[in-house]
Amino acid sequence: MATTEEIKARRSESWREELRRNMKNKERADLPRVHMPELDPEYRSHNYEEVNLGLNAEQAMAEAQRCLDCPVPTCMTGCPVEINIPTFIKNIERGEFLEAAKIVKETSALPAVCGRVCPQEKQCESKCIHLKMGKDPVAIGHLERFAADYERESGKISVPEIAPPNKIKIAVVGSGPAGLSFAGDMVKLGYDITVFEALHEIGGVLKYGIPEFRLPNEIVDVEIDILAKMGVKFITNCIIGKTISYEDLHQDGFKGIFIASGAGLPNFMNIPGENLAGVLSSNEYLTRVNLMAAAKEGADTPVFHGKKVAVIGGGNTAMDSVRTARRLGAEKAMIIYRRSEEEMPARLEEVKHAKEEGIIFLTLHNPVEYSGDEKGRVTQMKLQKMELGEADASGRRKPVEIEGAIDLVDVDMVIVSIGVSPNPLIPSAFKGLDISRWGTIIVDQDSMQSALPDVYAGGDIVRGGATVILAMGDGRKAAAAMNKALSSL
Amino acid sequence: MNKIVKKEILSENVVKFEVEAPLIARSRKAGHFVIVKVGKYGERIPLTIAGADLEKGTITLVIQRIGKSSKKICALDAGEYITDLVGPLGQATHIEKFGTVVCACGGVGTAPMLPIVEAMKKAGNKVITVQAARTKELIILEREMQEFSDEVVIMTDDGSYGKKGLVTNGVEDVINREKVDLCVTIGPAIMMKFVSQLTQKYDIPTVASLNTIMVDGTGMCGACRVTVGGKTKFVCIDGPEFDAHQVDFDEMMMRLNAYKGIE
Ligand SMILES: Cc1cc2nc3c(=O)[nH]c(=O)nc-3n(C[C@H](O)[C@H](O)[C@H](O)COP(=O)(O)OP(=O)(O)OC[C@H]3O[C@@H](n4cnc5c(N)ncnc54)[C@H](O)[C@@H]3O)c2cc1C
Repeated sequence: MATTEEIKARRSESWREELRRNMKNKERADLPRVHMPELDPEYRSHNYEEVNLGLNAEQAMAEAQRCLDCPVPTCMTGCPVEINIPTFIKNIERGEFLEAAKIVKETSALPAVCGRVCPQEKQCESKCIHLKMGKDPVAIGHLERFAADYERESGKISVPEIAPPNKIKIAVVGSGPAGLSFAGDMVKLGYDITVFEALHEIGGVLKYGIPEFRLPNEIVDVEIDILAKMGVKFITNCIIGKTISYEDLHQDGFKGIFIASGAGLPNFMNIPGENLAGVLSSNEYLTRVNLMAAAKEGADTPVFHGKKVAVIGGGNTAMDSVRTARRLGAEKAMIIYRRSEEEMPARLEEVKHAKEEGIIFLTLHNPVEYSGDEKGRVTQMKLQKMELGEADASGRRKPVEIEGAIDLVDVDMVIVSIGVSPNPLIPSAFKGLDISRWGTIIVDQDSMQSALPDVYAGGDIVRGGATVILAMGDGRKAAAAMNKALSSL
Repeated sequence: MNKIVKKEILSENVVKFEVEAPLIARSRKAGHFVIVKVGKYGERIPLTIAGADLEKGTITLVIQRIGKSSKKICALDAGEYITDLVGPLGQATHIEKFGTVVCACGGVGTAPMLPIVEAMKKAGNKVITVQAARTKELIILEREMQEFSDEVVIMTDDGSYGKKGLVTNGVEDVINREKVDLCVTIGPAIMMKFVSQLTQKYDIPTVASLNTIMVDGTGMCGACRVTVGGKTKFVCIDGPEFDAHQVDFDEMMMRLNAYKGIE
């Protein structure tokens, strides 16, 4: 992890001092925040093209000027993987885009991904000095994406330096952001890393969950490719705990195991009619469309193209599902959320994009029952109207029912997107782990070590459904701690 | 990529494959299944493991041609490869010495029943297999069933082989003749429903192995959910075997038809 001295040393390089001299802080602060160019809403809601188009060099350099290059960069404390934010931004300002990408990659295994899907408004950008002055924060996420995209498109992708191999075998369970970030850090340190993935594709939620219009698979593949070039081995179609057991891993000589198996189990509400045909989890819907390419010509997996689609929930997954349904031809695509818009956990940008695409928001509504036709297909939902009451334990105001206020809404498809739980498979296959009431693996907060000394865990399997960047932060922490433990043996 | 080392045509619409999968051959138990996908844009479909050869490192899959994807798999020849194969999945069959076990199967359920018949026999049970099909040509794996069963009762709808009648007629005959301690049933949902109704009447504990629609097979999608005893269960991780008397077969049949017409 970067020390204050390192940050200071980089900040006092002569080119950077000169940049700071070139423009006054006041002038920088007065520049307006860049606007991300995006596809026209009407056009994009009928296809899978990526909505955000990315900044061009000129826009990126202008935005980079807004950064004050603070002596104590608070933005970095908002980043779970501690990207050296001012250093990469100042490299953009001086036009050294490849160098900027290199800086990001020092600590992040997936820069092009984070630049697209991180909730920056809750992370780095929420700590930007501009906010204290009542201004918009620097668009750190857009700039990160710019650096990563520039490098990829330039064809001059740098592969991070690798320490000489130490021949110590380490297994990673799951290839989502937590696993990939761990693998990246450990392979740099010289470990012999094998990532085992249950599905037929590498990437976890990045592949099966987040849709193409937000995160093209191609982009994920390039980042995975870099890891492969660094020497990470990937084995698909292999379920740890089923195909290979914990004991088998020991027998095969693995000295450490990092569990990053995610929270893949969809929650349902257990209300009447939820098992009707046409009611499905967002995981099922998005997996069919993203992983199995069900909407593509020539794919064997079917998907239902609903015309009147209700998506239950207010998170990123709900937004992805409802916008996918719109793209598959839904005339009426609705978000049903039991709280108000303010409490929605989705990224702000996703809510904005959804609205532009004609998504209907029924907030303060909660489904209580579904009914169907004689064939068992869903045709209608019963919604209970809600109002906001007192704040609950999470600090959000609790929705309470308005007695007798019921709406009936016609639907031909319902997508339930109210959260996920950890898959019970790993906890039941690794005897000796401490498991919480919610099914998550209990680890030491600092080292990510579990109750089994050679097993570390991170990402959604530890947190329940969280975010890409938190998962990546866990991967880094675990890598540092496992390296320390193995080096002191 | 898993190589098909042997292919055998069991009947007009049923094919048996031996497929290289050494890790699965080592870890699988009766009742487990795999997910199979053929081609880049193939569908992921669940198939019960019908047997395994530890020395050769192979597993046996028996596939009935019904939809687009099963036809695609059946068209593969020995020497060709299955693009993706993952497993073993699901909970293994609960095997112990129950006494007399009736294994009632038909259609797609016959092949997955074979390893259960074998395991029940090896656990010291008296195993009576009741196997049903529309007509003689569709009876498969009879020789293999004979090998591990104390008795095999064949039922055909048209009476062209064995006794004329449905699987339930065969099971009821056995029940009327001797004490049955457990019934296991695998087959089309409608068949399992009627077997379950029959054994409930006689108060015989019954296990049904459900073959619902699945996508990932690891608990991620919930396409396979069924109502068992009023609670929603995932067939892929909680099952595939459940107490038949608690299963809502009508709901299961409607869910099986969810994608009819759009495939
Ligand atoms: C639709 C959707 C949209 C989202 N949008 C955002 C967003 O915009 N921004 C954001 O920050 N977060 C978002 N999230 C959340 C984010 O994707 C997750 O928090 C993150 O992916 C968790 O990473 P992970 O590595 O812990 O697990 P995952 O990404 O879930 O990866 C786990 C992997 O492990 C595999 N696995 C499981 N068990 C085994 C086993 N036994 N053996 C081998 N492999 C196994 C799984 O198949 C899976 O591939 C979204 C989630 C979804 C579902």
